[in-house]
Amino acid sequence: MQVNEYKPLIVAFCCNWCSYAGADLAGNNRLAYPAEVKIIRVPCSCRVNPMFILRAFQRGADGVIICGCHPGDCHYTSGNYYTRRRMAALFSMLDYLGIEKERTRVEWVSAAEGAKFAATMNDFVQTVAALGENKRLEDLRCKK
Amino acid sequence: MRKCSLDKIDLVFAQIAKNAALYLPVDQTDGSAAYKKWEEGTVWSGALNTVRSPKDFFFPQTEDLMRFKTEGKNIEIIDTRTEGEDFVVFGVRACDVKSFDILDRVFLSEPVDSFYANRRAHGVIVSLACTRPSETCFCKTFGIDPAEPAGDITAWKTETEIFFRANTEKGEQLLSKIAALTEDSDDAVVKAQKEQIGKIMDKLPLKNVTTDGFGGGKTDELFNRPEWDELSQSCLGCGTCTFVCPTCQCYDIKDFNTGNGVIRYRCWDSCMYSEFTRMAHGNNRLTQKERFRQRFMHKLVYYPENNDGLFSCVGCGRCLAKCPISMNIVKVMKKIGGETK
Amino acid sequence: MQKVTREQLLNKASELLSNGTVSCVLGWAAGEFDYDVTPKMFNCVEELNAGFVFNDFCGANVSKYLVARAGKCEGKILVFLKPCDTYSFNQLLTEHRFDREKVYAVGIPCEGMADIAKVKAVCGDGISSIDTTGEDMKVTTLYADAPVSVAAADVLAERCINCKSKKHVAYDELMGEEGDVIDSARFDEVARLEAMSPDERFAFWQNELSRCIRCNACRDACPACTCEKCVFDNPNSGVENKSPANSFEEKLFHIIRAFHVAGRCTDCGECSRVCPQNIPLHLLNRKFIKDINEFYGDYQAGAEVGSRAPLVNYTTEDLEPGEVFDRRDNNA
Repeated sequence: MQVNEYKPLIVAFCCNWCSYAGADLAGNNRLAYPAEVKIIRVPCSCRVNPMFILRAFQRGADGVIICGCHPGDCHYTSGNYYTRRRMAALFSMLDYLGIEKERTRVEWVSAAEGAKFAATMNDFVQTVAALGENKRLEDLRCKK
Repeated sequence: MRKCSLDKIDLVFAQIAKNAALYLPVDQTDGSAAYKKWEEGTVWSGALNTVRSPKDFFFPQTEDLMRFKTEGKNIEIIDTRTEGEDFVVFGVRACDVKSFDILDRVFLSEPVDSFYANRRAHGVIVSLACTRPSETCFCKTFGIDPAEPAGDITAWKTETEIFFRANTEKGEQLLSKIAALTEDSDDAVVKAQKEQIGKIMDKLPLKNVTTDGFGGGKTDELFNRPEWDELSQSCLGCGTCTFVCPTCQCYDIKDFNTGNGVIRYRCWDSCMYSEFTRMAHGNNRLTQKERFRQRFMHKLVYYPENNDGLFSCVGCGRCLAKCPISMNIVKVMKKIGGETK
Repeated sequence: MQKVTREQLLNKASELLSNGTVSCVLGWAAGEFDYDVTPKMFNCVEELNAGFVFNDFCGANVSKYLVARAGKCEGKILVFLKPCDTYSFNQLLTEHRFDREKVYAVGIPCEGMADIAKVKAVCGDGISSIDTTGEDMKVTTLYADAPVSVAAADVLAERCINCKSKKHVAYDELMGEEGDVIDSARFDEVARLEAMSPDERFAFWQNELSRCIRCNACRDACPACTCEKCVFDNPNSGVENKSPANSFEEKLFHIIRAFHVAGRCTDCGECSRVCPQNIPLHLLNRKFIKDINEFYGDYQAGAEVGSRAPLVNYTTEDLEPGEVFDRRDNNA
């Protein structure tokens, strides 16, 4: 077994009503996804301020994914529509600054999509692992 | 006095850099100059001065004081100090050299700031006489002669040559290290240059700015002057003037939580900010007028009151050039103090 | 040279002051030199005669001062607005940041403002006077025997080279002729950066942002940044930082600053004008404007009062964040 295999740290912001329940379902169904994914539950995906994403990177995240209800299914009717616009703008800006675009992602995962949740996380972890450590948005003070 | 051809200046730099880190003004991509560490191939800037002042070398914008690590109930204190390395700052103008005197009085009086003191002890300053002052220069107001800057070594640059004169023991030592590259010289060229600079100084538009009306003991007289309202009304409350100023010395000490410990660091603060000197009870300067007044009263009244009449401004003109709305100490001095034209 | 002269503005201001339409005037005051102009409130004709100035260096956008000033004096404030200032004026109105009833806006034409750094690059330092009344600028310096003639076009500020509009979108009264919205090349530089590789872009911004001294001038001069308490000044926010300790904090500040005004930024260019370190901050704002135009349709903040900024709006058919890059890669 390889001991020093690089494992990226992933922060997943999941909305309370769909994606968090989706993660729960993945667990109930014993669907495996990497333990490096740290879930932060938010009331709605639109609660995620751009500052949260940057601070996750500052504190050592290698990738940040935001999961919310499918468009049209938001518990608060329209929250995820705002998420969609904001994150499109923010991710495009991060890419403009030369930060790898693969490190950020938005996925819509419903409460019934445990399998999609696990598959998304597996895929995202693999993508970020291929990029290696986050160097461009790191804060050296926060390195252990 | 020693002299050396400018063709050999890179050899001089290389020689100095063998023993200590050498910093000198270098042109940046935006056209302005900044102090950079010399390495092979670095080109010395011909700019009059840098946007950031050389106070950074002794009093950096941020510096870590210590780190804490907690494990269980133990707190480990980690020493992170690095200020014990020798360095040389080359090409410091007369105004900026004078600013070190002003900072010294703050940081080297009891209780001595050991970070600052260490850096002062390890730094050698090579000053450079000005030949083409800008219209924003008013160092003469504070008794500074741009043709005769202080520092450990004073340098005068002509089109083809550079002249050095050691002023201190540290300066002597550094000059002896580059002795093989320099030769003895009389001071005829330097004298001529000084005369030339003197003529230009008489033509500068701000030559008549005066400190009359300011100084220690003037607090009661100046504090409630009605002109402060008008002067401060357009101030944006940004920190540009304080951060480009070579004599502004206010700082804040803050803790940064790294997630696995704490870094206690010091960073420049600006009296223009709403958070300046905020205490448990709140802030004691609630309006921009009060903050604005604090800056100029400090430089022109409070500081001289505590420091034998020495003003805390050196007339470098950085705030004149950089203030987004062009409100600056000259306008304040002319409005509040006496104006002679 | 500006088409409207100091005397014309002075007469207009005097007239409006004396007939009681306004009780004070927000304009520009002369400084020590011919270029260091300060925004100022003038309370009477005597003050105007003594200090009021209008020339090629009156670039400061005074509309933000209305937030603090409108309603503070007894009657109305007269404000002179260049075309780009009127967009900021409208945007502030949209956000209910001042009382329109307390302001009397006079639109004035603008031929573009000069950048003193560019003047110095041409004529050298040590400027003793600049005459902007003629077709060309006449610059006298301490070191040149004769005045140097400089074409105004050669020293135009970057934002004025790429002027987006000579049209006034808000005024009570207009001086001179109305201009048009210009099909400018202002996004070319953004497109040039977009065409670079991520490594090149990263190096470009690392170099630019590394000069930041966190003076906050970009924020404090910005007419869209009018929060009473900025998150970066709030010790309880967890991100308050008075100086950039490292390159992460530089990026954090500038990304959040630009994001916070995204969709509300009128592209007036004050951020880049005031930056003491000449960081091209407008390229961050323009990236957002360009993206918003491409993703959600053309939108000009401040063009009309009351329009809903794109990032506080949505349609059910918006593109997905991931598709942003597919689109770009397909276009390339």
